[in-house]
Amino acid sequence: MRPFRYERATDADQAVALITAEPEAKFLGGGTNLVDLMRLGVAAPGTLIDVTGLAGQDRIEETAGGGLRIGAGVTNSDLAADVRVRDRYPVLSEAVLHGASGQLRNLATVGGNLLQRTRCAYFQDVTKPCNKRSPGSGCPAREGDHHNLAIIGHSRNCVATQPSDMSVALTALDATVHVRGPSGERAIPMPGFHRLPGDEPQRDTVLDPNELITTVELAPRARATRQRYRKVRERRSFAFALVSIAAVVEFEGQTATDVCIALGGVAHVPWRAITAEDELRGAEITEDAVRRAAEAELAQAEPLRDNGYKVELARNLIVRTLLELAEPGA
Amino acid sequence: MRGLEPVLAELRLRVNGVEHELTVDTRTSLLDLLREHLDLTGPKKGCDHGQCGACTILIDGRRANACLALAVAHDGAEITTVEGLALTGAGDGDGDSDGELHPLQQAFIEHDAFQCGYCTPGQRCSAVGMLAEFKQGWPSAVTPGNGRQIELTPAEIRERMSGNLCRCGAYANIVPAIAQASE
Repeated sequence: MRPFRYERATDADQAVALITAEPEAKFLGGGTNLVDLMRLGVAAPGTLIDVTGLAGQDRIEETAGGGLRIGAGVTNSDLAADVRVRDRYPVLSEAVLHGASGQLRNLATVGGNLLQRTRCAYFQDVTKPCNKRSPGSGCPAREGDHHNLAIIGHSRNCVATQPSDMSVALTALDATVHVRGPSGERAIPMPGFHRLPGDEPQRDTVLDPNELITTVELAPRARATRQRYRKVRERRSFAFALVSIAAVVEFEGQTATDVCIALGGVAHVPWRAITAEDELRGAEITEDAVRRAAEAELAQAEPLRDNGYKVELARNLIVRTLLELAEPGA
Repeated sequence: MRGLEPVLAELRLRVNGVEHELTVDTRTSLLDLLREHLDLTGPKKGCDHGQCGACTILIDGRRANACLALAVAHDGAEITTVEGLALTGAGDGDGDSDGELHPLQQAFIEHDAFQCGYCTPGQRCSAVGMLAEFKQGWPSAVTPGNGRQIELTPAEIRERMSGNLCRCGAYANIVPAIAQASE
């Protein structure tokens, strides 16, 4: 591992000033992903700026309108256990609890979770080419081991997937990511924070290099909203998603008055299923209707040689999750 | 190019009740600090990537993977390793208690909850942290309903302990040992 300087920032302005002055610096949250990547040689910052102790970013607060503002330094454990989150945004608590392990969630932070790098094996192996790690070097995953990589929205340069469960729930909840940079603050909506790989797979998000995530804001939800996170993986616990779904649906009887669906494990971003949502908004939730909507969504999929199974898995997850939510008392 | 010379940092840690002032390379993980600098070899280096849980310790009472925690980022923390779980006994001040076993350690022995023993220190620290989380009412991915009424079923124990792998497959005895210690 390359030697690095360590700085502890005490507030967001100081953190931004430190990173702006040091081109080879990175922010450090819980370190559960970054320290691992440094050990693998994938990341080699000259300075780490610890942002786990920033003033005001270690708590979850009510917003004026009845939503929640989550500090970027809140740990995954504290987010998932928060009673307000469990009562009003259960899909978020469920998603976080479906990720990683108890001891990792105690270290990992909300800001770091949003910035998790892909678990593509070629990205993590510095002896292999990878356009995300080393732009222009090639993508061996396209012809190699890609059974757990993207089926939708990928490019010839990159077929990686975004691994964060939390981000899938935040995408279905239309969360807003608040960031601070050298020129001030801005708000980035989800979906829209993560980006598709295109010709720049080295960029996972729309964040500028010197911008710091400060909070994640959740808008108030109607009381009648039903929410669920489901995840399919290769073992029952402590594994990344093959496919996951966060569904947030408002019902009047059997009719879905509003539908938000995000899929994990299928793309370089948490994939918002806009086509399926449009088909289902205002419709009665029946097996036929949901299956048609799921198939319309997945008509855009371009599975690789060895991951066509994910198309079927995604379709079945959409159908099963929406039908469960439509059951009285769900 | 800056960054080729090791960078040293000073920090203070309280480990199993004993204060330490240390100067370490910023790259040092808590796991390497405990094992190489303090001779506390209970926490094991299994994968060194946060995937096996053999290095699990308690940082300020919460379980965490010592392999992914940079020591310098935990300046001032209170650390408990498996050597410190039995601090109810008369320790001789070396941070390695020679006293009575923690109820969880006793339960592991009674249930023969290990084979080779390599994962055991991590399993025990993880279980102690997990039981504290359970007592605070934290839900898990398998907690039904709104998570208000949680019973520590075998399914709950397995889910909450999934960050600790046992390649001997002693899970069948680890789960009842933890259940006993929770009573």
